[in-house]
Amino acid sequence: MKHPTYLRYEVLRTFRNRRFLLFSLGFPLLLFFLIGGTNRKAHLDGISFPLYYMTGMASWGTMVAVISSGARIAAERQFGWTRQLRITPLATSAYFRAKVVCGYLMALLSLVVLYAAGTSLGVRLSAGEWLTMTALLLIGLIPFAVLGILLGHLLSVGSMGPAMGGTTTLFAVLGGAWGPLASSGVLLTLVKCLPSYWLVQAGKSALGHSGWPPLEAWVVIAIWTVGLAQLAVRVYRRDTARA
Amino acid sequence: MSRRTYARACTGANVYFMPVNDDMSKDRGGAGIVLSHLSKSYGKVHAVRSIDISINAGQTVALLGPNGAGKTTTIDMVLGLARPDAGTVSVFGVPPAAAVRSGLIGGMLQTGSLVQNLSVRELVTMVASLYPRPLDVDEVLSVTGTAEFADRQTMKLSGGQAQRVRFAIALVAGSDLLVLDEPTAALDVESRRDFWNAMRAVAAGGTTIIFATHYLEEADAYADRIILMARGRVVADGPATEIKAMAGNRTIRATLPDADVGSLSALPGVNSADARGEAVVLSCSDSDSALRELLRQFPGACDIEVRGAGLEEAFLELTADEDEDDEVEVAR
Repeated sequence: MKHPTYLRYEVLRTFRNRRFLLFSLGFPLLLFFLIGGTNRKAHLDGISFPLYYMTGMASWGTMVAVISSGARIAAERQFGWTRQLRITPLATSAYFRAKVVCGYLMALLSLVVLYAAGTSLGVRLSAGEWLTMTALLLIGLIPFAVLGILLGHLLSVGSMGPAMGGTTTLFAVLGGAWGPLASSGVLLTLVKCLPSYWLVQAGKSALGHSGWPPLEAWVVIAIWTVGLAQLAVRVYRRDTARA
Repeated sequence: MSRRTYARACTGANVYFMPVNDDMSKDRGGAGIVLSHLSKSYGKVHAVRSIDISINAGQTVALLGPNGAGKTTTIDMVLGLARPDAGTVSVFGVPPAAAVRSGLIGGMLQTGSLVQNLSVRELVTMVASLYPRPLDVDEVLSVTGTAEFADRQTMKLSGGQAQRVRFAIALVAGSDLLVLDEPTAALDVESRRDFWNAMRAVAAGGTTIIFATHYLEEADAYADRIILMARGRVVADGPATEIKAMAGNRTIRATLPDADVGSLSALPGVNSADARGEAVVLSCSDSDSALRELLRQFPGACDIEVRGAGLEEAFLELTADEDEDDEVEVAR
């Protein structure tokens, strides 16, 4: 990393942003305790409900974290900060990389908090299961980090709230973060083309589910990542060429 | 300024609008900042029209002009934020993007607020860390008058304080070229004086400075050289004294109630005539002829004053519309 001090302050800013903390940490945690807590003796798909719900909230919370980190570019663009940065030696790629790093750090914090909450409701996993789940979640987040940067160049500050809420909710619901949407049929086939489906499955990978068939998951994630990245580059070029 | 200009003599005026190139050839020696045949349009608006400017390393240059003159567009091209439609910019011998990458440029843009969730000191430190040879953060905080609120969060600053922080961000770069777009726009009189004191120190250290302003006094007092822009062109270029000399040499002021401004402006040697209440002001290219003829045709004229034109007159003279058929336009 070429500019460690810059990255350090970007991270500091991220963790000082209360709204960001609330949405990526607070909401998933609240939902987990509300729904997971009241159904703590229940089982779903043969898995204890708190465990099931913890993985769902983990995929949702981390998704919100990485998308909104990139989407904060919209505000920095709108009030002219990116123009100020463009006349410093900081490369644009380093600016984007810092946003991704911040999103991932927030996602990790979100995971730690949710894992602790899960443990408090009786979730028990082996070290290997915790680690596998975490690693797969972090991989599954890649397309969403790119999506965040894309949205950061498409949205204005005014449209940010609704657009972010809509995008993350839609991805979460269709991916099954709040409960399985479909177990068979056309809908399942369609839903399996979404990166959020595989993000949710990544969370369930450690639960004895054979939920992560490597090839299909990798292909979907790779296609979304490359596609979104190409869009992001195009939108970025349009944005800077205007000036 | 609520002056109404009723007439202009066409002769003479064109002389002032000649691009000033040849007498600046002395500045082309070192690898300073060179803009050649630079043009930029936004849609149908010709923001900058084929300007040629050459600035020596170490100079302090004011880009002076009214809103829409093309100052910000010119600065954006020097900073590499805007791509020229035609022409080139060279900053110390390299294109702007390369100069920016190697930290040769520090800049203060006209618009833009500060990022949130950092204190002033943290923000200045963060920006300093991006440059290869930054200035000492504490020193910059003290020079820019931001030390007293260095621990305050950026979103809790007043407009004037934020403006000073933006100056600190530009200054801390320790760059060879400092570009400032309307740097004192949000400052009160006292802060403005502090700002220019700091700038003098920076200039004395050999930094090349380009600043845009529409304050005549600032350009006059702080720049080695004034580049006057209007409607995307350079209309005058030189030391403040030269700019003053380029406009109508002298003005005649007289009390003359119910004067016919039209016939006053037709007097020989008069470029334009204005009525200001009971007084008339004649801007003259030949004040001697004008005065003789004024006394002959208007014997009622009294309280007559003849004086050399100030920079304000020069400014208005040189940036006024030159052609009737010139498109109306507004540049950024």
